[in-house]
Order: sequence, then structure tokens, then C-alpha cells
Amino acid sequence: MTEKKNLVIIGGGPAGLAAAKAAYDAGERDILVLEREERLGGILNQCIHNGFGLHTFKEELTGPEYAARYEREVAARGIECKTGTTVLSIKDRQVTAVGAEGLKVYDAKAVILACGCRERPRGAINIAGCRAAGVFSAGTAQKLINIDGLMPGREVVILGSGDIGLIMARRMTFQGAKVKAVVELMPYSSGLNRNIVQCLDDFGIPLKFSHTVVGIKGKKRVSSVIVAAVDKDLRPVAGTEEEIPCDTLLLSVGLLPENEVAKTAGVELSPVTSGAVVDDGLMTSCDGVFACGNVLHVHDLVDFVSEESERAGASAAAYIRGKSGGSDHVTVSASGGVRYAVPQKVNRRGDGPIGFKMRVGRPAKDVKISLFCDGREVAFRKKRIVTPGEMETLSLTAEQSDVLRGAHEAEIRLTEV
Amino acid sequence: MRIVIIGAGVIGCAVARELRRYNADVTVLEKENDVACGTSKANSGVVHAGFDAVPGTLKARYNVLGNAAFDRLSAELGFSFKRNGAYVLCFSKEDEPVLGKLLEQGIKNGVKQLEIHTGEQIRKKEKYVSEEVTAGLWAPSSGIVSPYGMTIAYAENAAVNGAEFKTGKRVDDIFYDGKKIVAKCSDGSVYPADLIVNCAGVHGDDVNNILCEDKLKITARKGEYMLLDKTAGGYAHSTLFQLPTKMGKGILVVPTVSGNIMLGPTAADVDDKDCADTTFEGLEEAFSKARRTVPSLDKRAVITQFTGLRAHSETGDFEIGFATCRQMYNIVGIESPGLTAAPAIATAAAEEIAAAFGLERNENFVAQRKAPPSFAKMTDEQRAELIAKDPLYGKIVCRCENVTEGEIVDAIRRPVGAKDLDGIKRRTRAGMGRCQGGFCTPRVMEILARELGCDVAEVTKNGKGSEIVVGRIE
Repeated sequence: MTEKKNLVIIGGGPAGLAAAKAAYDAGERDILVLEREERLGGILNQCIHNGFGLHTFKEELTGPEYAARYEREVAARGIECKTGTTVLSIKDRQVTAVGAEGLKVYDAKAVILACGCRERPRGAINIAGCRAAGVFSAGTAQKLINIDGLMPGREVVILGSGDIGLIMARRMTFQGAKVKAVVELMPYSSGLNRNIVQCLDDFGIPLKFSHTVVGIKGKKRVSSVIVAAVDKDLRPVAGTEEEIPCDTLLLSVGLLPENEVAKTAGVELSPVTSGAVVDDGLMTSCDGVFACGNVLHVHDLVDFVSEESERAGASAAAYIRGKSGGSDHVTVSASGGVRYAVPQKVNRRGDGPIGFKMRVGRPAKDVKISLFCDGREVAFRKKRIVTPGEMETLSLTAEQSDVLRGAHEAEIRLTEV
Repeated sequence: MRIVIIGAGVIGCAVARELRRYNADVTVLEKENDVACGTSKANSGVVHAGFDAVPGTLKARYNVLGNAAFDRLSAELGFSFKRNGAYVLCFSKEDEPVLGKLLEQGIKNGVKQLEIHTGEQIRKKEKYVSEEVTAGLWAPSSGIVSPYGMTIAYAENAAVNGAEFKTGKRVDDIFYDGKKIVAKCSDGSVYPADLIVNCAGVHGDDVNNILCEDKLKITARKGEYMLLDKTAGGYAHSTLFQLPTKMGKGILVVPTVSGNIMLGPTAADVDDKDCADTTFEGLEEAFSKARRTVPSLDKRAVITQFTGLRAHSETGDFEIGFATCRQMYNIVGIESPGLTAAPAIATAAAEEIAAAFGLERNENFVAQRKAPPSFAKMTDEQRAELIAKDPLYGKIVCRCENVTEGEIVDAIRRPVGAKDLDGIKRRTRAGMGRCQGGFCTPRVMEILARELGCDVAEVTKNGKGSEIVVGRIE
């Protein structure tokens, strides 16, 4: 039942495929990709809209097209991929997986977690009301419509202006549904600005900021939702309730890295990202276990997932060859409006330039994102606008990276200029 | 002898099973699409020790008798049951005499092993319990069960023994036709019987009042709950009650047999007996009161909320026995500790009915039910063996609860099998985990459509009118 493998990659979506390709190109040949769905590509398969690949391929692709490019790369290298196979647990790099052919344990030298993320469900946001049919997370509705050819509803209210919610507003409209409103708790959107323009504004769909759904009515199927304004503490304001008749409520209220498997391995998780705490080689607190893509932190663009995952793949290949960064780290904290920065720590004995990805807590104008090492500003980047919906990056030169590796403590900070 | 049971909650299903120990034809009429769709699907799942009920009441008697039956019954019917013990917590020195009274009452009712523990003793066992707790009553015989798991087990075993289950049958009239009493359903179908057993839960008074002179009044008492992720499972090991109030046993923090934590219930009498909506205020109340017991409870661990309706009789006790109109037997007002009492109530009712009608024993009765396999609970060796027999057990459909396609197919094909998404959920736990069906819903819909031979667009959440989608896209 046990089989030895150098590298096992958990997840055959954009992260897993990019990691596999890069590990191969870094010289690793004994690679296995495990995917729980019946086909590779992950969530990209249901993202039939375009806008993918502008950074990676300098052209606009649909989700399935973007996935297909990486699938071809992986196939051309002859990398083994097992679909319909779910990983149940990891312990000491022993990966237990189950598929129709049975239960199998892979004894791996390195493991890459590329499991993606999942949507926060209704229960997580405590909306009161009935439990009738017609309440979907936006991604589930997207799968029903784009993969299964099923229409989730005709009159729709969407709670949350995350990207999937915005995309689904347009998709449902294309299919003849009436999207009555997109309701956002915060005074700003957590989605990409381009999606607000292209998916809502172009179709005259109202976006209500600082509003939320306070009730869902219906017996067997949703018949209406109650929408109300919220105050600055995000509490519903009495007297502002408005009943909107609809048969469907879509929820786009956030994504969470899917770290159930990581937990079985004992990987240290960040309470901010809900993903692993990693070093600049994307290695987690568990020796030889790496993480990349949305399982590490939720990205805005797949292009960044690919880039990060290629780094993880190359890094895992180097680890298998015996090139380990060691356990002497500089911790890089985030402060002053930067909600988190990944990686959270840097190997003192590492080499090459280091890049950070981060998200801010709230929108801000004319800011500077800086890296401070022992109180000294080592690198910075000025931005005219930052929003929580868009990931920010800070790339260091080789020299700046070396300064960081030699620092006692480091911090990434946002300041207004 | 033909017996029609109205209502397929835990009482109706248990009575169906116990009546099949005798030679009588048994038909169960249920208005919903499945068994366990009312009170039996949404309650605390506590097998009460029996110290709360007033001595001498039916509640006290059947509570203690029922509690004692669970070890044997859960083994026989293959449902999850655990004697985790319960505490009634006291938050001030002044209230401590109440614990002594509960203890005395428990002894009168025949509850064994009751003890008063100090706050320190309690926190040694339950380290998250509030520092405010000064003392508590410890009842080791208290347990937890999956209420719908138990109901489904009863129903399956009743069906295997020949009881017939008819769902989607809302009885809206009852009349006499010569020698028979006839239940007429909203779809026009009629079920003549020699006896109707009224197990209609919150509608028990409606069924009784059609023919009986002595009118009953059942009030629906609404209780709201929150369910926490398994990662929060360590908050409580035993069932943590607060001192009881006039409206019931108060808000509790209780582990479930599946390893989650549940908070609730609130208690509010409502007019609409079919309205199981949650409310903002109710959920806030459940959470804030539960936090008094366990201050570190984290709202972020909440994965879902639900409401249960309890059938509260104005007499305050269970109403069990032959009704004042002929050919009807009432088992109504079965609120807490109804779930605990169900096995004892069903046995006693079946014995009384059998004696009254001179029914003979059914020699072919099989008490044992073969429980469905649960992939999540198996060892890797058992899993490998099962997959070798049927590869569908190697296909994980629900990733949060590790439910396989094999289990879902089995849940549909079993006696009184699942016909909708909620039915699958209650039988297999697919969709009950932290993503609440986000990923598995489309897959489960496909499997249901394939197994039931219907179009996937016709698959429902819980019966007609609750179709998941509105149609196919053109």
C-alpha cells in the first residue's frame, strides 16, 4: 500500500500544475500530482469568463484556457497526475490518499500543498431567516450554471462584492436572470475594480455599500430577502429594512484557504491568512512541506498563483536535492494598515531576490509600502491607491534581500505620503 | 388489524417499530418528504438523566426508563450514542440550594449516581467552563445521540419488519366509515384503519381535535441553535446546562456525537407551527447565554444555525393513551425529554395497544438493524477492504466530512431511503461540514438524479417546491 515518491503535490489546479512544471524544470523527475476532482484545472474549469493570464501570457484567456496551457506543460513533461483521488491526511510526509482504486500511502521526500480555498457559507455569517432552497455560495452557483448547465434562479440578490459574486451577477444576467442588487457590508468592495465596472456598472446592477442581508423569507424556496443599512460598527440600522422579492440569494462573502489536510500534518497556520506560515522558499513549519496558491493565502489573480507556485516547485526540488534553507529565520511582521505579508519569515542562509505579497486592511490613497530592517527603510514602493481587494507586492533586489537576511527584525509597513 | 400512524418523527417511527413486534399492519403517514423532518431533526440530542421532571409525571417515568434503554437500543439499531454525562451549572452561591433540590428530585425519579461538584472539580473536567461557576450537579448517566440518526434507524428497522412509510401525506381530515377510522390526506388518498396513532408532534392537537370531544392544545415552542465546527469540539465534553427556568432547561453547550459543539436552545412560544426560521435576536441570545457557560466560545467557529419547534402541551406533561374519541391513540405533547423517553413510550404504547386489541406476537420480527458503513469512522484497513468490494467507497464526495459516493448511494437505496438533499445530509453527513454543501451539492444532486431516475433539475432540498435549481439553461 505504501509507495515512495520524491515529490507529492496535493491539488491539480493552477497552483499544483505550476508547481509540478517548475519542479520538473528544476530537475526533479519523480513527481505525483493528486487531484480530487475527475479532471485537472481546479476551480478554473468553472471560470469561463475571460481576464486570466494578462501577466503570465500577456493575453486574455478564459479560466479553462489558462488551465489547459498548464495542463499541456505538465503533460509534455510526462508528469504523473492522479485524478479522482482525495488526500485524507499527511503525517511525516506520508500522504494517505483514497480513490476508486483504493487506499494508498505515498512516502514522499517533499510535499506541496496546493489545495486551493473554499467559500464561507451562510452559517459563518449568521444571517437569520428560513432554511428554504435558493441560498447558494456564489461559487456553487457558478459550478451549477457553467459546468452542469443548470439555472440556479431567476430573481437574484447577491450578498458580498467579492469577485465571484461580481462575476456571477453578470453571468446570471447573461442567462436571463434579474439581478436586483449586490449588497456589500463594507463601505468598499473586496473585489477587483475592473469587475465592478464590467460586471455591475455595464448592466445597471445596483451595488449597495454599507448594507447587509438581515433576513431570508420563504417556505420551500426563498421568496424575498430583507436588506438593511449598517452603521459604522457594521450593525444593522433599525428602520432601514427593505424587502426585496427574489428566489435566490448568492453569497460572495469571502474565501478561506482549505487547510484541513495541512492541519493533519501539524502545519503552523496564520490566524490572519488562515494559511500556512511560510519562509521565502514557501516551506511551512513542517520540514519538507510547502504551500502555494490559495491554500497559502487567497490571491486576486491566478497569474500570481502560478508565479508563487513555480517558486514553491523549484524550492521543493532543491529541498529534495538536499539544499535546505535551514531553520535560522528573520521574522517579517506586517503593520500600519498592511493586514498580512507572505512570506512571514526569511531564511538567513537563503539566496536570490525575495518578493512579498500582501493585502491592506482598508482602502487608502497616496501610500508607501516599505520594508524596514532593524528600523531602517530598506525598500519601498509608492502606490496611488491600495484596496483590500487587490493584492500588493514588494519585490526586493538581490542587495536588499541580503540586507533583510542579515537583519534582527523586519517589518512591512504602510505609510501615507 | 390495521394501524395508521400519523407522523414519522422519532415517536411515530419508534411506535411503528414496536408495533411490528405484534401481528398488525402498520402504515406511517408523514406530511414531509422524509422521516425526522420536524422536532426530531432539530433538538439538543441529549439523552437526559431524568432529574428535571416532576416526580410522578409521565415525563419523569419515561425519561428514566428511556435513558436506561439506550445502550442496548443503540447497539441493536446501530446509531451513535454516547454517555458523556451532564452538568447543571450554578453561577452563584445563593442559587446552590436549587442544585440540592434537583438532586433530591433526581433520586425520587430513580436517577443514579448524581453528585454535587464544586466549581474547581468541574473545571478540572471541563477546563473551558466559566470561573463564575460555583458548583454543579453531575449526572453521569446523561448522554448524547443523533436525534435524526436514531429516528432513521427506527424507521429503517420498522420498514424491514414490514411497516409501510408514506411520505408527502398530510392528513387533513379524519372520519369514521362504518367500522373503520379513516385518515384522508391533502392529495385525496384515504387510509382506513382500525386504529390511528397520533404522533403528529406540534400538530398533535389538530389531529386529536378533528374527532375528539376533549380538545388538546399544543403550543409550538421555538428553540434556536448554533452549530460550531469540529475544530471547536474541545469546548465541552459533557453536556453543560445552566439552572433550569420556567420555559425549560435553558441554554446549553453540548457536544454532538459527530464531534461538533451545539449552543441553544432559546425558548419562545410561536403561533406558526411550521415556521422554523431563525431570528437575529434568538441567535444572539443563544450565543451570549452560552458564553456565560463557556466564555471563550468563538463566533467564527459557527458553521450553521437552526430552529426546532417543541410540542408543548398546556398540561405540562406528555399526553399518552387512548383518546376520548374511539379508535385513536394519542402520543402528543412530546417535548423534552421526549427524545430520551421515546424508546420507553413506544414500548409501553405498543404493549397497551396490543393488549387492548389482543394482538399476537410477530414471530418474524428482527430487532437488529445493519447500520450503514461510515467511511469517516473506519480504520484505513476497513476502508481498503470496503473499496475493494465497491469502488464507489473510494470516491469522496463531501470533502469536509469525508463522505463517499458509496455511502450516498447506500442512503438512497436503503429502506425508507433518502429522496432529497436534506435526506442525504441527515443519513450520511454530506453537506453538514464546514463548507455546508458548497462543494458537494452539485455532485449529490447528480447522484440523486441517477439513482432516483429523475432529471437533475428536479432534485429537491426537502420535497416538492424546494427544487435546488429552476431549470436547465438553454
